[in-house]
Amino acid sequence: MTGHKTTLLWLQSAGCGGCTMSMMCAEAPGMFDTFDDFGIELLWHPTLSEASADEVTGLLADIVEGRRHLDILCFEGSVVRGPNGTGRFHMLAGTGRPMLNWVRDLAARARYTVVVGTCAAFGGITSAGSNPSDACGLHYDGDLEGGALGVAFRSGSGLPVINVAGCPAHPGWVMETLMMLAENSLGEGDLDRFGRPRFFADHLVHHGCSRNEFYEFKASAEQLSEMGCMMEHLGCLGTQAHADCNTRPWNGGGSCTSGGYPCINCTAPEFEEPGRSFTETPKFGGVPIGLPTDMPKAWFIALASLSKAATPSRLRVNARADRIVQPPAVKDTARR
Amino acid sequence: MTEQPRRIIAGPFNRVEGDLEIRLDIDGGQVVRAEANSPLFRGFERILEGKNPLDAMTIVPRICGICSVSQSVAAARALAAASGLRPPPNGELAQAVIHAAENIADHLTHFHVFFMADFARPFYQGRSWHADAVRLFKAERGEAVRAAIQARAELLHIMGLLAGKWPHTLSVQPGGTTRAPDARDRIRLLAIVRRFRQWLEQHLFGDRLDVIAALGSAGDLDAWHRAGTGGFLRLFLTIADDLGLAALGKGPPRFLSYGAYPRDGGHLLAPGILEDGRRWPLETARIAEDLSHSWMLGDTLHPARGRTVPDEEMASGYSWCKAPRLAGRSMEVGALARLVLDDRPLARALLTDGRGNVRARVVARLVEIAITTLAMEEWIKAMVPGQPFITPLELPDTAEAEGLTEAARGALGHWLRIEKGRIASYQIIAPTTWNFSPRDVRGEPGPVEAALVGAPVQPGETTPVAVQHVVRSFDPCMVCTVH
Repeated sequence: MTGHKTTLLWLQSAGCGGCTMSMMCAEAPGMFDTFDDFGIELLWHPTLSEASADEVTGLLADIVEGRRHLDILCFEGSVVRGPNGTGRFHMLAGTGRPMLNWVRDLAARARYTVVVGTCAAFGGITSAGSNPSDACGLHYDGDLEGGALGVAFRSGSGLPVINVAGCPAHPGWVMETLMMLAENSLGEGDLDRFGRPRFFADHLVHHGCSRNEFYEFKASAEQLSEMGCMMEHLGCLGTQAHADCNTRPWNGGGSCTSGGYPCINCTAPEFEEPGRSFTETPKFGGVPIGLPTDMPKAWFIALASLSKAATPSRLRVNARADRIVQPPAVKDTARR
Repeated sequence: MTEQPRRIIAGPFNRVEGDLEIRLDIDGGQVVRAEANSPLFRGFERILEGKNPLDAMTIVPRICGICSVSQSVAAARALAAASGLRPPPNGELAQAVIHAAENIADHLTHFHVFFMADFARPFYQGRSWHADAVRLFKAERGEAVRAAIQARAELLHIMGLLAGKWPHTLSVQPGGTTRAPDARDRIRLLAIVRRFRQWLEQHLFGDRLDVIAALGSAGDLDAWHRAGTGGFLRLFLTIADDLGLAALGKGPPRFLSYGAYPRDGGHLLAPGILEDGRRWPLETARIAEDLSHSWMLGDTLHPARGRTVPDEEMASGYSWCKAPRLAGRSMEVGALARLVLDDRPLARALLTDGRGNVRARVVARLVEIAITTLAMEEWIKAMVPGQPFITPLELPDTAEAEGLTEAARGALGHWLRIEKGRIASYQIIAPTTWNFSPRDVRGEPGPVEAALVGAPVQPGETTPVAVQHVVRSFDPCMVCTVH
């Protein structure tokens, strides 16, 4: 490893801290080993560091006033602007100053600004419903550019805010982004139009979903826990959601769809307000609203009705069961 | 040398979940008054208003990234109660396993990552145990810190199998769980728990879990401490004896538990209330939230009738946290309260003058890890692949219900009212709402505020290390506190 250290400051605001809890699940290598191996020096992290209170406020002042160099600012949780634009719904403890002001000052000093989680990216769950705290993301307010830092914001490197979205973000997404930044190999072309790293956002949750055979034949689950495809009835957005959840495991081997519940498209702006219940699919004339990404509607309807007509009994039966009731036929080896 | 009276505003108070500010008045070398400020308001109770009740299952886990499953379980119980539903035996078992995995992971994180790091501070240089504390528990670097984070990640493979992912699963539902494990999953779950048990026995305890779970008195614990040298628990006991941590951070002589891990109509750890040494059955009707020192508007009300209206002027008060009281009194909640109310003799013996303290809270948490890990293995073995894990739900258009559970850090309750098929009211009292509540109308401080009084402060200390031990001994979760 080179002698140059990449400094990292992590702040949390109006979120749940779950992206850090998720990051601590990084494995092979683990989180701290990754930091060591890529020369990432943690200046401070609210969950992990020894320093508390005045030891921290001194560091923040040093960065803002240019006495301490900051390579990466990671921000977790929405930024709250309420009440009435003051940001006083989160005054950073010990400072008497809104986090809204701190993040603007610190982002202006950082070479890269990295958002961890959908709250900090777009507002996320904290901005759901009546959005009581007037929460938004760092560079977006829902799907509108702007957010707490404003449309024109660029980090010292010239990059926009890097949105490692997800609720929570997968530990791999965070680790890989930080590793790439530590070796300066992540450029603007590596981000999608919402600033999400393309290495995970160019995939769909549908890719590698264990229910793909059910999807192919439109053999659908009607109740949570059933094995069939959850798109038709249970609100699953896996065919539209940008993430690689089913080609890289969560917590050793899981994903939402393998856990028996639908994808809610948590890497997307405004996932928190789907305009319906999260676990049911609205339909128009019997056709689910919200077609698979890049799929022409007429073709979807034609293929769906064809495949429904051709659904093998095994899939029809298993789709409505919570375990394999009818196993695949074992072929007679003499008839290969 | 005694310093002049002074005031400290300590924050950001880290290695807790979320942001925290502690204000201290210091006189005569000790804390004479403390105020706990939860500085973040998000307004989940308001977010939930008007939603489809089932959407609570997606929204409430996101209140908290560390007790996410606990929030799911509380909502699931409230919705199950509203529908008159109970999960099938398998569903109850799978919920308990998922919930226990989170609670144990939280205890592990608290001890190794949040709490012990303060004993590795240069402040304690020269103590006989300091070199061990640095080697094992120095923040970010300590061998035990790193090993525990890895053990935790591997324990949470349980979530990959049963809950899809962690945090923020939708597999916990009012009627049970959504993933029916097959024979392969079940045996894998057992493999994960057994490997984790090995880790605990080798590193955390230096002894078998059943020995730890069976420690029955102060004398037992003392004899066990002296009988060996291995295990992080022994190092903590050595430190606690040397620093007198049993006399530090004394809370109110009152404990509350909603009961943890229901099964077949009972609990692994029983619910109840302990007031000044007397035990009462749990009665949630006696709970009310006082807003006199919160930046919240409204009257003192039971959560079924309570509201959440932030005072945008922040005119009077010093925290966004409400002050829950049971029959007008503050209550301490957490692992210690659970063990005390389950009548575990060791837990009573850990109290000082009938009160929780830094040593008792930490020992209770570790003993609970042993008890719960043993139970988790039994629950997995009791699952019957082939039988259902979930009962379908039908929600009424109108209902009022409560959902109670125990998060790692204590009693968690959700109070729900459904009108015309939508959420008309949703109120949450989280464990740290109890422990870190501000003062009430009578001026009675919240548990941590009371526990901080008397904490020693050395001349020149800006964030007194004794204060850090006391605050962190409660394992506060500030994002849950105000929610």
